[in-house]
Amino acid sequence: MQLLDLQHVSFRQGQSDILQNLSFQMPRGGHRLLLGPSGSGKTTLINLIAGLYTPDSGSIRIAGTDMASLPRPARDALRRRHIGIIFQTLRLVSALSLRGNLQLAQRLAGKPRDGAEIDRLLAALGLRHRADAALRQLSQGEAQRAAIARALAARPDLLLADEPTSALDDANADRVAKLLLETAAATGTTLLIATHDARLKAHIADVTELAPC
Amino acid sequence: MLSLALAYLRERGLVTILNILLLALAVAMLIVLLLFSSQAADRFARDSQGIDLVVGAKGSPLQLILSSVYHVDTATGNIPLQSLDLLRKDPGVARAIPLALGDNFRGFRIVGTNPAFVAVHGAKLAEGRMFAAPAEAVLGADVARQTGAGLGQRFAGSHGLADDESQAHAATPFTVVGILAPTGTVTDRLILTSVASVWAVHGIAPHPDEAEHAGHSHEQSAVLDPRGSPQPEITAILVTYRNAMAAIRLPAAINRETALQAASPAIETARLLGLFGAALDGARLFAWMLAAIGGLSIFVVLLSAARAREGDMALLQVMGATRAQVMGVVLLEGLLVAAAGALAGLAIGHLLIALARASFPTLAAIGLQPWVLHPGEAAILAAVLAIGVLAALIPAARVFNTDLARTLSRGS
Repeated sequence: MQLLDLQHVSFRQGQSDILQNLSFQMPRGGHRLLLGPSGSGKTTLINLIAGLYTPDSGSIRIAGTDMASLPRPARDALRRRHIGIIFQTLRLVSALSLRGNLQLAQRLAGKPRDGAEIDRLLAALGLRHRADAALRQLSQGEAQRAAIARALAARPDLLLADEPTSALDDANADRVAKLLLETAAATGTTLLIATHDARLKAHIADVTELAPC
Repeated sequence: MLSLALAYLRERGLVTILNILLLALAVAMLIVLLLFSSQAADRFARDSQGIDLVVGAKGSPLQLILSSVYHVDTATGNIPLQSLDLLRKDPGVARAIPLALGDNFRGFRIVGTNPAFVAVHGAKLAEGRMFAAPAEAVLGADVARQTGAGLGQRFAGSHGLADDESQAHAATPFTVVGILAPTGTVTDRLILTSVASVWAVHGIAPHPDEAEHAGHSHEQSAVLDPRGSPQPEITAILVTYRNAMAAIRLPAAINRETALQAASPAIETARLLGLFGAALDGARLFAWMLAAIGGLSIFVVLLSAARAREGDMALLQVMGATRAQVMGVVLLEGLLVAAAGALAGLAIGHLLIALARASFPTLAAIGLQPWVLHPGEAAILAAVLAIGVLAALIPAARVFNTDLARTLSRGS
């Protein structure tokens, strides 16, 4: 069974078609790029897969369950169980330390608190020394890695990353891509990256190209 | 969620502390007013129990009650000893207790009276016996505790109502023969002796028939008899009616037909509490307004925080928090600020009462107790907690209007 299965997904906003008849599948542990320029519907598709929007037609199945058929609480629960998201805006809970964010992610996902897992993740992302720092003290690069750590702390089955390398130079983009792939591989996480950054094609072979409708 | 709410409060620490302080001030003020008004009313009621009428020298009826029943003011003057005889012979009078005031020991008033005074206040001896012979004294419980005096000890009273050793009657000391058990009434702070003893201290010969209950107040000059020696006088008489008719007839008759004044403790106390009551009501209104401002301040802070934190709130939901949980975080913030303000206010309120009691002897004299809890305090705390939750309700409800995807795609 595919972990993620999109069948003929279409979505409109107002009078504009954002996505039309889009289909692809991802097995557990698979990696895929959603590649397209700005306005091609990448972030919208991430939000559809996360259950924040519902498609106008077609279906999105997560671990065999059609997201759109579920009421909001069940959709939220499905997301909580299976999906982690790295937002383009690098969201973290501002009042908590980095470690606090990771602990909260585990708790909200209904996972037992696993300090060792958090330490391992922070070490892998080079953030061990920043574990108890206030978020405002993190550099842009550290914040980017912190957002990845936050999304991975709950060990999601499916990790959605929206433009994770958009603001980075080549070296750092390469580093973040490798980091995502290595961490996903180490945890068996299925990885879907939405990006306009063609540099990532060097790392991920499966690509779904999106174009503005 | 509690730890998250606490983290948000810590994040804006100064504003949180200011909000807590604002509520604490309001609660402290309400606590002080509640304790003061309830304890004063209770104490006035207890102290005047069994006393229907006070007869004394002409002057302010309130002053007569304050000096003779509550022992917090100076007497209006002295009255002839014969007044006591006349009252005792009246068929409407069940009991007439003489009072001879004017001296003190270390600020505690020495009251010349008879053992019926002890009975009317429901006091009982904890140690020793009742005064009988001249120069014997029985101490109230607070007097014994605060002066450390015990049975058999001798002390000299001082002239007047303030502690002033230069005015001491060193030549005529009293001997402690009894100590009363605590009563929660004015008796706890009095030194009781016979009227004749008070006379003796001031060199006044006892009246041949009324040696037991004649007296003299130093606040007034003693009346001289034709040979130049002071006449025995008393300060006031505490009267208990025998029947309801006496309540109608006696005060009017005394005030109209004699040179004395009759005042009812119930009426004067009600008048006093009425005067206080208006001021207390004003202060209470002000305190509730302060609490409302505290609530408004919490509302403004939380609303602005909820706007600034829309991204956090959306992220929490995407991470798996239910909307109820996210709302709960904001509500908890309001509740925690209100609870901290309420508890701080409770402590400050009682501390203020303790400080006021230590600073103003009159408050100690009326028996204001700082470390007792009043049931009304629970209502004040509940109301302040409700203010905190209500103030957080609208900011918390914003969670229902948040478009998660749109919010999360905006810059943080």
